[in-house]
Parts: sequence; C-alpha cells; structure tokens
Amino acid sequence: MSTAATTETKPAPPPVDTIKIKVDGREIEVPKMMPDWQGNLQPTTMLQACQLAAKEVPHYCYHPKLPIAGNCRMCLVEFGLPAMGPDRKLLLNEDGTPKITKQVLPYEPQTPRGAIACATPISPGMEIYPSSPATKQMREGILESLLINHPLDCPICDQAGECKLQEYSVEHGQATSRFVEAKVHKPKAVDLGPRILLDDERCILCTRCIRFTKDIVGDDKLGVVNRGSYNSIAAFPGTTFDNNYTLNTVDICPVGALTSKDFRFQMRVWFLKESKSLCTSCGTGCNLTVGSREDKIYRFEPRENNAVNGPWMCDAGRLNYKWVGRADRLTEVLVQDVGQASRLSHSSEKSKTGATPVLRKTTWTAALSEITEKLKKVPAGSVAIVGSARQTNEELFLLGKLAKKLGALTDSVPREGEADKLLVSADRNPNSTGARLTGLCFTEMGIHLPKIADGIKAGKIKTLIVFGEDVTKHGFGPDLLGRLDTLIVSDILPNATTRLAHYLLPGCAHAEKRGTFVNVKGRLQKFIKAVEPKGDARPEWEFLHELVHHVTGHNGFVSIEGLFNQMAHEVPAFHGLEWAKIGDTGVTVQI
Amino acid sequence: MPQEHRLILKHADSPGYTNDLECYVRHGGYEALKKALATAPRELADGKKMSPQEVIRDEVLKSGLRGRGGAGFSAGLKWSFVDRKSGKPIYLICNADESEPGTFKDRQIIHKDPHQLIEGMIISCWANDVKLAYIYIRGEFPEGARILNRALKEARAKGFLGKNILGTGLDVEMHVHRGAGAYICGEETGLIESLEGKRPYPRIKPPYFPAVLGLYMCPTIVNNVETLCHVNHIVTMGSAEYAKLGTPNNTGTRIVSLSGQVKRPGYYEIEVGKVTLGELIHHENFGGGLRDGRQLKAIIPGGSSSKILKAGEVFKVNRKGPDGQMTKVDVALLDLPYDFDSLQAAGTMSGSSAIIVMDDSTDMVEALANLSEFYAHESCGQCTPCREGSLWMAKALHRLTHGHGRKQDADYLVGIAKNIQGRTICAFGEACAWPVLSFVAKFKSEFEAKGAADEARAKSSGSMHQRSSPIAGLHAGKI
Repeated sequence: MSTAATTETKPAPPPVDTIKIKVDGREIEVPKMMPDWQGNLQPTTMLQACQLAAKEVPHYCYHPKLPIAGNCRMCLVEFGLPAMGPDRKLLLNEDGTPKITKQVLPYEPQTPRGAIACATPISPGMEIYPSSPATKQMREGILESLLINHPLDCPICDQAGECKLQEYSVEHGQATSRFVEAKVHKPKAVDLGPRILLDDERCILCTRCIRFTKDIVGDDKLGVVNRGSYNSIAAFPGTTFDNNYTLNTVDICPVGALTSKDFRFQMRVWFLKESKSLCTSCGTGCNLTVGSREDKIYRFEPRENNAVNGPWMCDAGRLNYKWVGRADRLTEVLVQDVGQASRLSHSSEKSKTGATPVLRKTTWTAALSEITEKLKKVPAGSVAIVGSARQTNEELFLLGKLAKKLGALTDSVPREGEADKLLVSADRNPNSTGARLTGLCFTEMGIHLPKIADGIKAGKIKTLIVFGEDVTKHGFGPDLLGRLDTLIVSDILPNATTRLAHYLLPGCAHAEKRGTFVNVKGRLQKFIKAVEPKGDARPEWEFLHELVHHVTGHNGFVSIEGLFNQMAHEVPAFHGLEWAKIGDTGVTVQI
Repeated sequence: MPQEHRLILKHADSPGYTNDLECYVRHGGYEALKKALATAPRELADGKKMSPQEVIRDEVLKSGLRGRGGAGFSAGLKWSFVDRKSGKPIYLICNADESEPGTFKDRQIIHKDPHQLIEGMIISCWANDVKLAYIYIRGEFPEGARILNRALKEARAKGFLGKNILGTGLDVEMHVHRGAGAYICGEETGLIESLEGKRPYPRIKPPYFPAVLGLYMCPTIVNNVETLCHVNHIVTMGSAEYAKLGTPNNTGTRIVSLSGQVKRPGYYEIEVGKVTLGELIHHENFGGGLRDGRQLKAIIPGGSSSKILKAGEVFKVNRKGPDGQMTKVDVALLDLPYDFDSLQAAGTMSGSSAIIVMDDSTDMVEALANLSEFYAHESCGQCTPCREGSLWMAKALHRLTHGHGRKQDADYLVGIAKNIQGRTICAFGEACAWPVLSFVAKFKSEFEAKGAADEARAKSSGSMHQRSSPIAGLHAGKI
C-alpha cells in the first residue's frame, strides 16, 4: 500500500524537558518550554500549565495566537514558590516535602499577591492555586471593575450568548455591584470601516483587535485614544479600518464592542446551527463554521486549523455566502424539447436577436435516462467535459470516470487573482489541486480548452458536458456552443451557458452538500452539509454517481463515505485515506 | 543643630552662579569625568582584574547610593542587572519626568546646574558601555528642556560629549526628549514606550525588565536626575567617603521638597537620615514651623502616592543598639529620621522625598478628593483595576465632597482601593490606592461624619432623586 497520504508528517519529537509543579494541589509534569503565539518555544506560562492540568483560568486579553498584553488582569492567580533558606537551599517541611511560600504583597504580608497566568513563567516546585478563595476574590474584583462602566444591554447586544463578559460574570462574578456612581459614556455605533461598527461603551480595552491588526495583518490602523477610564479604541484619524481581515476582530472581541455590519441584529447566536465547512473563495481552503437557521445561512466564521488558516479568515471569503440564498438559484431540472435542440445548432440568427431556447421542466429520472441514452450512443472522442475546480474531489473523480468511458477530452477553468501575505491565495479556485490529482485537468489548468473549442469548430466534438463554469466567458461563444448536438450543463446560478443548455441539471453550493477539497498546499479537507438544497437541486456527486453507473455499467457507492473511499483506492495521491479518518482539520497529501 | 548639607545643590543658589558650561567648569565641573576616565584597573585578591569601568560600577554599588526617584532601589545593583552579554547596545535614560505631586527637586538641578546632570550621565554611560543616552523630560518643563539642550550643545562644543571625549576615544551621544504631559511617563517602562514613540503603556514584568529588554528591546538603565548627579560625587569623593554621608544603608544626601502649610516651603538638601520629619517641619533651617495658631494634622512624607501619616502616631522602628543588636523601638512621627528605611518601617515611603504638610485647617476628604482626581486623570487606562478603579474612587469622592455622601462610603472606598493595589501592571495601582487606603484608615471618622451628615440632610429634605443630579452631571465634567 502506498503511503502517499499521511495524516501528518512530522519528524520524531526530541525528548521534552519537563517541570513538576502543582495546580490546585495536584502535581503534574509539564513541558519546560511551550510554543508562544508565533509557535516559537518559550518558557511555559502558568496559564498553559493550568490548561494542561485541565484547570480553567479565565482571561480576556490573552489569545494563543496574539502577543501577550497582560492588561485585563482576569487571569490573576494566587501562587506559591518553594521557600529557600539563606544558603539558597530548599526548606523542607517536617514530612520532607518542600516548604512553599505563598506569595504576598511585600507591603501587606497578609494579602496574597496574584500573578498574571498568561505572562508568568512556571518554575520547578511552583504551586498555582486557580481555585483558591484569594484567586476567586481577584476575579470578582476584576469583573466588578469591568462591569461598572459596561452598559447592561445584553438583550440587544449581538454578542449575547457568546460573550465572555456574560459567561465569566455568571461563573466568576458577583450577583450585585457596589457601584452607585454615574457610568462613563463613550461613543456608540462608531463606524470604524466598511464592515465594522464599534460600541466603545461595551469595549473592555483588552486590545486584542489592535494586536491582531498590527501583529497579524501588519496594519497599524487601530489604536487607543484618550486616557484612563475614557480610553477608546479608534481607527487612526482620517482613515478607515478597511483591510481584508477586519472581521476577525469581531470574532476575537470578547464582548460586543466590535460588531459585523453584516451580521449585527440578524440572528441571536443561540439559534444558529453550526456546521463545519470550508471557504471556497480561494485555494487556501480556510476552515469555517457555517451559522445557519432554517436553511438560511447567517454567517461564516473561521474555524481554527493550524495547518491551514489558524483561527483567521479573510473578509472577502467570510462574506462570500449570500449567493447561496439568491432568489434566482437554479432549482429545476430543465430539458430542451427534441427538435428544438437541433434548431439550436443552426440558430445563430436567433441568438443574435436575443431569442432564448425554450426549456421544459422535467424530472431527474427522465433527464438522466435521456442523457444516458445519448451518451451511450455517441462515438468515442466526440464528447468533451469542462469541469470546475470549484467542484469536490468526489465529483471530479466521477467526471473522470465518465470521461474515461467516453474517451472525452477534459479540463477546467483557471481563476487567478492577487495573493496577499496572510491567507489569500492567487489561485481563486478552491480545488485546483484536487482537479489535478483526480486527473480532470493538467498541471497547466485550461490548456485543453482551446483544443476542445477547436474540436467543436471542426465538428469533431458534438457533445459538451459543462459543470459549474460559464464557458461562454472562456472561449466558447454562443455560436460555438450552437454547433453542438448536445450541451449538458450543471450549475448553481443562471448564466449565459446555462441558458443555452439542452439539459440543465441544478447543482448545490458546498454548504448544501458534503465532499472534499485539496488546497494549494496539498491539504485534503472535508466539509459537511449546513443547509438543504433549494428546490430540485441535488448534490452533483449524487446524480453524477447515477449517470456514471448508467453509462459505464460499473456499480458504485451511494454514500459520500463509500464514494470517497473508492476514490482513495483509485487515485494514487489519496491512497490509504478513509473518509472517517480525515478528521475536522484534514490531512496532507502528496502533490 | 540640624542643617542642610548641600552636595548636589552646592552651587546652584550661590550668587552669581549661572547654568552655563563656563561657570560649571570654573567651579570644578567635569573634573569628576576626567577622574573617572583616568581610573586605573583594579587588581583583586584572587588575581582577577577589574576594568576601570567595573571599578566605577563597583564604587557606585559600594557607595550605597539608592535611587532618588521613588523606589529607593540600590543604583549599583540596578546597574549590575544590565545584560552585558546580549551583543545589543545598552542605553541610559535619565528620568526627568518629575511629576509626583509635591516634588520639585529635579527641576532645581535641571534649571540651575544642568551640566552636573550631564557629567553624571557621561560617567554613567562610560561605566556601563553606553553610547547613546536620553534625557526624558516632562512636557511641562519647556524651559528645562531648552536649558538642557543648550547645555548639551556647550558640552559637545567643548569636547565633553560626542566623539572622542577629552581625547580618550570615548564616544557618547545624548539627546533630550520631551514628554507630552502624562504622569505615567515617569514609570520607567511607560517612559521607554513613550520614548519609542508609542502610547506610554507600562510594560509587563516579566518579561520586559529594562535591564534586559528595555528601549528598543535592548538592555537599558533608567535613573532619576538626582541619582545620576550623585555619581559625580561618588567618583570625586570615593565610595567610602561618600558612604559616610547620611546613615548606614541610607547614604548620601537628598533633596527634600517641602510643601504645604509650613512657613518656609521649599527644597532642602539633607544628609539622608540625619534630619527628622519634625525638624524638617519645625526647625528654622527648614520649614520654620506651621502657620501661627495651627496644629499639625498629617504629613504625606514622600510624594502624593505615599501613605499619609497622622500627627501623634508612634511607630515601631528597628534600631541598632550599642551592642549591635537590632531592637524595635517606639518612635514618634516627628522623631522619624527622614530616610528610606525609617519611613518604610512607619508603613509608608520616602518616595520622591516630597513632604506635604497639612495642618488642622485641612479637610481630609477634600484633600483626598483632590488627589484622587489627579490619579483618575493620569491613569493610562491600560489595565482594568486601575483604569476603572481610579475613576470610581474619584467619582465617589466627588460625590462625598458635593453633599451626596453616605456613611458607608469610607468602607466603599477601601473596598475599591483593595481591588487595585497589587493587581496592576505598574506601581500606579498602589499610587492611586494608597492615598485612599491611608486617608480612610487614619481619618475614617471624618469620612463617616461627612457621609452621615449628607444622609441626614437628604432624609430630612425627603428627596432621594436629588441625590443623582450632581452625579449625573459628573461624567460630562472634568473627572
């Protein structure tokens, strides 16, 4: 069996230096060094050690992928260190255990001194008390401070339900506040940029948004203005906060200060169904969570995958969901009546006058049998297939089977854009790698398209199967398509090609089906269905599977799992993979 | 008889003494630099050799010089923490952001004897392999900045500063950087951020100890103006002779800023620990006593953030007896020697050596409200407890001083302050909490009486909603 595909290729880790510490009285051994926000090994912090000990340390400003700020003070914990004598030797208790000195304020020895767990490195023998009364009192104090000037507008706040201030107030806060003064009032609904609105009163000034923008995106747009309790987040005067990653600040904002103009006031988050999916806007394949309710998509949010996108995604990809719910979606199986199709083949005059062929609604069964009949009769080499690198591996694999049976020339359409330094890839197809690995197209995508066009022109190619591409924009004008005997088209939204189709098969958005993509770096990732397809639309792999079965006579699998496993068996790059073993974050394949 | 001992301010106020280089040199200026640069390496008993720079650093350590900015930390130890193996440049910063309310000592040096500071800095630069130093001066000292810049120019022209200093091949450059008017820039890591052109948010420690990761993430020494001036005198006198000034562990001289309700407010340079608080207030050489007919009520002994001391208090202070044994003895407030350790033993600190004297005409609630308003205005707002707590306390005190207090406000204030101290990124947390904690602890009855009176008045007028009117207007106002 080939080992082309592996779940993760890492060299054997070197032996790890460990430190023994106690967390809430329980001794654990933790690595001396752990990755910091950039992945560099640094001395393990109290917070990391507590996480390893499965003890929660609440925090606001700390984020594992951002530089440490230490400003919220929520992660303050009481701690103790081994006591040392004047000879720098450990002092022991009577039972031989090391004596621990609980840390206190130097000027007030009866008061415990907390350390911020996010920035304090551990040391051998250290004892951390994340559940002690002193630690709890510190948290209560911080929460009280955070709440005194925070508007209690949870009922109309978009963050409600996923708000750390709410959650920690319930878990670690007090039921009442002593505050009887007037609250500080700050700007509301500040227009930071095209996609972001800021409520300065809700802001707890953790500076996550500033650090993300500065240190991850490399944009110095955000900063703090004013002083003390009047501190406010603001974009640099005269500028707008408009880079392609601004919406990530909404995700990492622990409160409802930064809100997405697109999502605000649209839906309470607890009504949203969350489905693990992928972004299809470029070849990076950012992992995302689809938030939907009653088959309507309300938002995309990045889903952490450190092999691909970390916890981030770009704004363009995140907002690229509205087309799924468009009213003009293709929802019917349509066929041109016999005779009309032949008329089409010499109807260049008609297309000039703008007349469109008349399409009749039919059923999947009828359409697929008609197509099968036609394909069974065509001579080898008279069919061409233009697939799409927006299709899944499974669909491309099935198209490849069809192509093999029919001796068809295949290719797909390249889509290029400008790459950035963070996530956006120059390849704007989500599955170019998959299209190559499954054999539908070659290293240089689109190189066969002129050949196919020439074949149609020469009358050699009489049947064209198009999936998910408007070929009229890629060298196949209406005149050329008019020469075909049969034009079979599957797509999601109407375009010039779908209007000329003899058979129009309505397909699904990725959010409406399951499948896998391979990103530009060779990460094979799966996505699951979030919403139901519209009307009669069906996942392409389902009807392609039927078609392939009818045309080739080969039996196949009717489930995506079986289909994937069959593909893994037949496509060399996927050898050894199984659907069930891909996991939520995918696997790396050899490309 | 208690009297001043002028070392730093020896010439400053002499008739005819001007702040130009020529005058400074005429009075023996830049001789310490020459002496320092001519320091011979020292052979140690174990055969090892100390470089001239190490000798000077050792001298500063042995002199017992403690930082004059506020914390009173050993200057020699601070220098010894500098990471000299990083391969990165080492920076020296003079903290001239003198902002602690009540403090006006550094400005005397800057205005009247700027070259003394510059000389001390050049020696310190040389001793610590520093090639580039900054004087960070508060924005409110435009004249001081002008004087320093002129002095730097003079020193450069005469070869005391710049390339090849005094023909020894030593290069030291120095710049004046003006702040923009924020108290927090006196906190050394806030100062460094400000110097880097950023918002002066103090850095978290660990990991950003200036001695390792300071200015531009390079090892950095930050010393107060007065501290750096003392380096000259340590070099001139030698550490042993210098250490004879003052008292053990509290060596040298110190400039005290005396303000408040005394007859002769002003600055007085004393040998540390050789003069008591009572002498500073009452002796004719110093404060000259309270205004006629007044009684002492309280003393803020080390700048506004130090804990207040109440007239009549008696403290337990460690004293070395004739047999060398340390014993605790009772010392009355006015008998406290003015030094680092005695004030610490009294539960407060000598801080920036700014003494604010309050007589019995002072309303402690009003006084605290004034201080708290200052701290609420100056909190940088970076970390939660101080950002929220400092304004909270100021608002409560504003209410209490505007006829809307409650009897419980004394405890209320303590509760807020306790949630600040020890939980912040920098010492500002203590600076804003300690006045509240100490004022309330020592004058609780005044706070309670005021609150109770307000409650009684509100009850008799029967209108509760009136209580909110001045508070509601508060957020639009100054604090």
